[in-house]
Amino acid sequence: MSLSISTTINGTTRDIALDDPRVTLLDLLRERLGLSGTKKGCDRGQCGACTVLVDGRRVNSCLTLAATLDGAEVTTIEGLAQDDALHPVQAAFIENDGFQCGYCTPGQIMSALGLILEGEAGDDPERIREGMSGNICRCAAYHGITLAVQSATRRMDAEQKGDAA
Amino acid sequence: MRPFDFVRPNSVAEALAAWEPGAAYLGGGTNLVDLMKTGALRPGRVIDITRLPDLSAIEVAADGSARIGALVRNADLARAAEILRAYPMVAEALLSGASGQLRNAATLGGNLVQHTRCAYFMDAHAACNRRDPGAGCDARGGAADNMAILGHSPACIATNPSDLCVPLVALDASVEIAGPDGGREMPLAAFHMLPGDTPSEATALRPGELIVALHMPPGAADFAHHARYLKVRERTSYAFALVSAAAAFRMEGARIGAARLTLGSVAAKPWRIEEAEDLLAGQMPDDALFARAADAATAGAAPSNDNAWKIELARRTAIRALKMAASGTPDRMPALPASPFGALEAPAHV
Repeated sequence: MSLSISTTINGTTRDIALDDPRVTLLDLLRERLGLSGTKKGCDRGQCGACTVLVDGRRVNSCLTLAATLDGAEVTTIEGLAQDDALHPVQAAFIENDGFQCGYCTPGQIMSALGLILEGEAGDDPERIREGMSGNICRCAAYHGITLAVQSATRRMDAEQKGDAA
Repeated sequence: MRPFDFVRPNSVAEALAAWEPGAAYLGGGTNLVDLMKTGALRPGRVIDITRLPDLSAIEVAADGSARIGALVRNADLARAAEILRAYPMVAEALLSGASGQLRNAATLGGNLVQHTRCAYFMDAHAACNRRDPGAGCDARGGAADNMAILGHSPACIATNPSDLCVPLVALDASVEIAGPDGGREMPLAAFHMLPGDTPSEATALRPGELIVALHMPPGAADFAHHARYLKVRERTSYAFALVSAAAAFRMEGARIGAARLTLGSVAAKPWRIEEAEDLLAGQMPDDALFARAADAATAGAAPSNDNAWKIELARRTAIRALKMAASGTPDRMPALPASPFGALEAPAHV
């Protein structure tokens, strides 16, 4: 059975023929579209390494069947930097040592961006830790991750105010 | 994952028509897709209902009643201003469950029909009467933390893992169902089934039926000022409950006019305790009263495994939730929703 979807990935609309409805968004990105920045950790929605934005909201791509995404907009870690300029969340993770081995980092960054867009945690470290609890870091870089999300929240807030002024 | 047909209906009628024995409706997929990966569920057809129209509205009426579409995502339900105002413990329960990513995907209808997190149910290689009637129960004598202490049977000792359903049952919510033989509505309290001899019948849904909405009755919002959900778990966040409790009061001056108390993760359904509610009604709130109500809440509890400790934990969780409800719904959702570490006067040991 063949299914086709038209899905915008990092700003580019693609018509994708799926030969099997079992393909998850995670496997579509990694195995078929060459976007291997999104990581496979547990593959069961427990670790957060596969986090991407779908229609601006963070989700676990391992539990999302690609066939459900006709008309959707997907943003992955590859879609954040503008040419050579890192996204503020990426820059904040580097400045605050928000990682060690780096495997969970794309998922952490996409989840952090999703959390900031949700707009409810602000720069409160307790709300950030709770809001990021769906992303596991085996290296336990949580202290730096929390600082990075605080810093990115303030920076994006300031940029938004600057844009509005 | 076993192969399946994938269908994308555009209306409830088309979805119902697409159903066949062995088919599954797909909402957010956070439970279904996971269990398809483990092999615990093997639907031959998956019916994607996420694009059905008119199932995503939240309508709260002036009398405190509401109709909430089955496709409303958990995250959207939890942050809807009218839900926070009218049923704050529903939002608190939602926010204590899963992760930000999962709440963005998971739907209201899917939450109601989610499966137990019994490890032996989810492991396709373990014996499980719930998954495979007559196969036996490997959970007996196994890991006991999330097993039942109330309403279990020789055939099954699993619990319902939903946080959301606990305050919904406390508030007398009902379920609106569409099916091949027409629509019907039933109390959520009667929707989840105790295992008895037929644990595979986890809910009252008949083959092919689909949840289309949830209803809150008039008066449900009267409990908004004293309503809390408390969830005790092995981690601070992102874990299923060992025991949880939804407690709410409608105060009349300094007295409790009416009370609601429901325990979660202790049975195959949210465990409403009307004896405790009756005992609380008309009384002045105090610790001794709450202890009597908690005793009523756990009357009849029995370990299903090496989990007798859950009975005492449930009793203490009920007391703590009642105290939290008595001190009032906080103005802002706590940073750690439903947490025993939340701010409250130093817990008295009772």
